[in-house]
Amino acid sequence: MKAFKNHFVFEFKTGIRDKNLLLLNYLFPLGLYIMLGFLMKNINPDFMEIIIPSMVVISILISTILGLPDPLVKSREAGIFRSYKINGVPATSIVVIPPLTTIMHMIVVAIIIIPTAFTMFDAPLPQNWLYFILIFLLIAFISAGLGVLIGVASSSSRATILWSQLIFLPSMIIGGFFIPQNLLPDILKKIGILLPSTHAINLFRYYSYNQSIGYNPVWSLVILIVGGILSFGLAIYLFNWDNQNKTRRGHPAFAFFAIIPLIIGAIFLP
Amino acid sequence: MKDTVVEVNKLRKAYGDLVAVDDISFNVEKGEIFGLLGPNGAGKTTTFECLEGLRKPDGGTFKLMGESPNYNYSNLRSTIGVQLQTSGLPDSMRVDEAMNFFSAYHNVTSRYDLLERLGLREKMGTQYHTLSTGLKRRLSLALALAHNPPILFLDEPTAGLDVQSRVELHNMMKELQESGTTILLATHDMAEAEKTATRVAILLRGKIITTGTPHEITASGAGLTKISVRVEGSSLSIPNIIFSNVTQYLSKDEYKIYFSTNPGKTVSSIIEYISRQKDSLIDLRVERPSLEDRFLEITNKKVRK
Repeated sequence: MKAFKNHFVFEFKTGIRDKNLLLLNYLFPLGLYIMLGFLMKNINPDFMEIIIPSMVVISILISTILGLPDPLVKSREAGIFRSYKINGVPATSIVVIPPLTTIMHMIVVAIIIIPTAFTMFDAPLPQNWLYFILIFLLIAFISAGLGVLIGVASSSSRATILWSQLIFLPSMIIGGFFIPQNLLPDILKKIGILLPSTHAINLFRYYSYNQSIGYNPVWSLVILIVGGILSFGLAIYLFNWDNQNKTRRGHPAFAFFAIIPLIIGAIFLP
Repeated sequence: MKDTVVEVNKLRKAYGDLVAVDDISFNVEKGEIFGLLGPNGAGKTTTFECLEGLRKPDGGTFKLMGESPNYNYSNLRSTIGVQLQTSGLPDSMRVDEAMNFFSAYHNVTSRYDLLERLGLREKMGTQYHTLSTGLKRRLSLALALAHNPPILFLDEPTAGLDVQSRVELHNMMKELQESGTTILLATHDMAEAEKTATRVAILLRGKIITTGTPHEITASGAGLTKISVRVEGSSLSIPNIIFSNVTQYLSKDEYKIYFSTNPGKTVSSIIEYISRQKDSLIDLRVERPSLEDRFLEITNKKVRK
């Protein structure tokens, strides 16, 4: 327990000490929030109705999908995990603790966004706080899972950028933040439903803001929960201690199994 | 009765077509400093990494403290301490945090005394990425020793260390040996091995070429002992003086240098000759072939083959 606590505290501090992580955990999400808050107020008033859940989800995507993979790849390349292995640090701790500390940073960011959006931009507060918190944790869970899975399965830092952007950029454009999903062409709607952010925004709309989403939200709940469990399970299964060791338990391509629930959702949901 | 703590039997590891470790076998007794010597690429690090559980061997068996790990090292983490040749810590991890971090995983109290002993006291709050190479290696050693392991693996431990730190490390190794710790040392620094190791194995192209104490290995070669003599007069200036067992000689500065196959007999005959010539001896030095000389002799012979 003491080891876990030490590891957790160290990783939490790293999220602030490391300039790249500080940028991705705090500066970029909060800077983007301030910018979008002032910009969208005049050009997209609909966005201001859901600015709180949108900015919370965007912050989560930035810190998890963009922030989690690269340190994992660099640590593996620099032989840090070899040091961990010979000193008895379990692989599970390496895979689980960084996402947990990242979620802690996200909670801090959400605590900054919620009251300031309410006071600065007249953003409506969630009508059901319990659901808001649970959905926040759920999207953080699957995003963190995908983040570590990208880090574990990627062969290099360059590959992590590719895979991370493949999730992050479409999420920003068709992930339900700026353009309501029902206004998208059918094909983009289908692609959008492949993204965890779309499900998260739909869940926030339905459970926290009492808005209609056009399908049973339980499906989104199931997709995010199963996707998160698969992501973490595969990340632990595919974890490799060092780049030189070619013997690994499964092919990195197994990582694609994590998106099966999202693909099923895209096929069957309207 | 000997207490074997490391038993390696026909260990083999290949990377594709390259056989890095080729059916090597050796034993290490409790309290020994066992040096694995060899040029770069000889297979020293791969051998260590197999024993440390970082790589899965392709063949052979080994036991540490009588137990075969079978690639499940969870029960052996407290048994071995490892200073890797190439390893790292997170850039932002401070020296004291590293000690706390790994000590907690070993379930022992943090050994700040080791940090002090290794000259890291002033650097407790310093982040890893700002430490010099030498300080990083010292920290790595402190972390390897923190849980007081009975077997210690040191892979090129003095690379990047200054002279003072090397001496301190060698003293520490001797102290650890005296307290019963078994040390496996991989190095290509022959002087270090000769000074510290109780036994050495010379590894070349994945195979052990020879094993023994440094003295046994140096004595087994055809190496010639170098005898340097300086006299007051000119008794040795006469060319073609033949001393027993001398195969070649040369002059350098004011010294006459003889290479002998039997230094005892040669020195006696030189002294006798000088005395007979009523000359006086100013300086006489006898230098046995070093481990490095013998290592070069062995490896050159093998490379030529």
